[in-house]
Amino acid sequence: MQALYAQLLVGLINGSFYALLSLGLAVIFGMLNIINFAHGALYMMGAFVAYFLLNLGGINYWWALLLAPIIVGIFGMILERTMLQWLTGLDHLYGLLLTFGIALIVQGVFQNYFGSSGLPYAIPDQLKGGMNLGFMFLPIYRGWVVVFSLVVCLATWFLIEKTRLGAYLRAATENPTLVRAFGVNVPRMITLTYGLGVGLAALAGVLSAPINQVRPLMGADLIIVVFAVVVIGGMGSIMGSIITGFALGVIEGLTKYFYPEASNTVVFVLMVLVLLVKPTGLTGRAA
Amino acid sequence: MTTLTDDTLPVTPRAMRDEMIVFVVMALLLASVPFTGVYPFFVMQALCFALLACAFNLLIGYGGLLSFGHAMFMGTAGYCSAHALKVWALPPELGILVGIAAAFALSLITGFISIRRQGIYFSMITLALSQLLYFIYLQAPFTHGEDGIQGIPQGHMFGIFDLTKPTVLYYVVLVGFLAGFLLIFRIINSPFGEVLKAIRENEPRAISLGYRTDQYKFLAFVLSGTLAGFAGALKVFVAQNASLTDVHWSMSGEVVLMTLVGGLGTIFGPVVGAFVIIAMQQYLAGFGQWVTVIQGSIFVICVLTFRRGVVGEIAHYFRRSL
Repeated sequence: MQALYAQLLVGLINGSFYALLSLGLAVIFGMLNIINFAHGALYMMGAFVAYFLLNLGGINYWWALLLAPIIVGIFGMILERTMLQWLTGLDHLYGLLLTFGIALIVQGVFQNYFGSSGLPYAIPDQLKGGMNLGFMFLPIYRGWVVVFSLVVCLATWFLIEKTRLGAYLRAATENPTLVRAFGVNVPRMITLTYGLGVGLAALAGVLSAPINQVRPLMGADLIIVVFAVVVIGGMGSIMGSIITGFALGVIEGLTKYFYPEASNTVVFVLMVLVLLVKPTGLTGRAA
Repeated sequence: MTTLTDDTLPVTPRAMRDEMIVFVVMALLLASVPFTGVYPFFVMQALCFALLACAFNLLIGYGGLLSFGHAMFMGTAGYCSAHALKVWALPPELGILVGIAAAFALSLITGFISIRRQGIYFSMITLALSQLLYFIYLQAPFTHGEDGIQGIPQGHMFGIFDLTKPTVLYYVVLVGFLAGFLLIFRIINSPFGEVLKAIRENEPRAISLGYRTDQYKFLAFVLSGTLAGFAGALKVFVAQNASLTDVHWSMSGEVVLMTLVGGLGTIFGPVVGAFVIIAMQQYLAGFGQWVTVIQGSIFVICVLTFRRGVVGEIAHYFRRSL
């Protein structure tokens, strides 16, 4: 049973990353109509920024948790201003191709300087050690990742669904021209939205740095799994992305325990099943 | 609705004649390669990728469907051909058939699944399916995992053509490429191809005219996947191995890049694009990971400033469809 709980925990952690990343993808897709293929690369950048902050600037994990998403978010906003904004009005596919190119560039540059091996990032002192829960031993850092991700996801949901800013955002998703006519600066909002989505990816990167090590290709395969998560959940609802993300992580964890050979593929197989039964995805509307 | 290509010029006898002239010139140029001293291995490799890119282009350029998993057809056909040649010791022509049959079967299944969603979702689904296959091949015993299938015997095609001789192999690959290319050319200019273009331009309208668009897209997907498999089977003879590289997502990305550089929705674009990208990899091989960076930059530059691609720009300049 210990092993089962351990795999469940791993599943919850992966689920946190799926949720944070698919949430960012959904937010970006809503505003920009772009599937951000660079999301995995930006997640990786988040982890690297945390690594640089610690090793070059002596800035600890807690500050990195705040600063890395801001730094990578600004980088994302620069990308949006200089490149992505020119794609408005073009076919969706160009957004995919452009961000795929950006992902190749970013990952290539990091691979050149850091190879493919992982760099260690120590768990902060306050979160070292573990707790005995009676039925299992819980490493504190892992518990922290799950709880913190959940809080961030819910905060994002609250921001978009319950605040005035979020209302503008949702309105601009439905009809940007009309919202502009009301005097809202929609292009700036689009830039900020991209920054927010990218920031969430970078945050996931910082959280994963102590667990998965910091590697240039850490986001390359992850993003494909997240795409499958997005296909399963649909990008229509914020809460849908969060729930699907965590649920698939847990299912993956359970698969690791019961049938480890399929743990790499279970999310994709589920995607196929969902497509066969309900092609629009679990929460999605027709595209 | 779509802005993918601006190839809306009608198919006139004159346009067809121009395209045939370009085709004959291309065939003659390629046939003369062994006499020019150009490294034939390089051209053969480029031809395989050119056919793959043409097959991919059939789907995006004429069907408006961006598949981000076309390497799975090439890789699957490659593995199955390689297995048939090495383990079952089949002759080359049957080995190729096994590969094509495998790609056909795979495209039936993946097409049935992925065609249910459109646009961006279609791309993500094909990518996810190819990743699923990647993991299956990584674990399946017959692919030999990370090592791949090595040292594949080339044998005698139809019992006469000795494929171990580079020149013979070159012409076999060339004939295979030209046959595949002509088939795609024929498909594009057929009534079926016209309906595909109509669907690409305005799907709701095509539906309202009574076309069952899903069936057309499915057929286009199967044709494209099977032809991509043919390219993969040919590549086995050139490379003499089948490995995980051929099913990896980065390979699917390269195919997209080739077609984009040459020109989406142009007939000759994918061929030009494949030669450009393969040549680039050849010359920049010493730069390690910078090749990835350069490829990414080409993606970005093409999407931002050069969406028609090389052939698309030329065709636009002369107001012809090429």
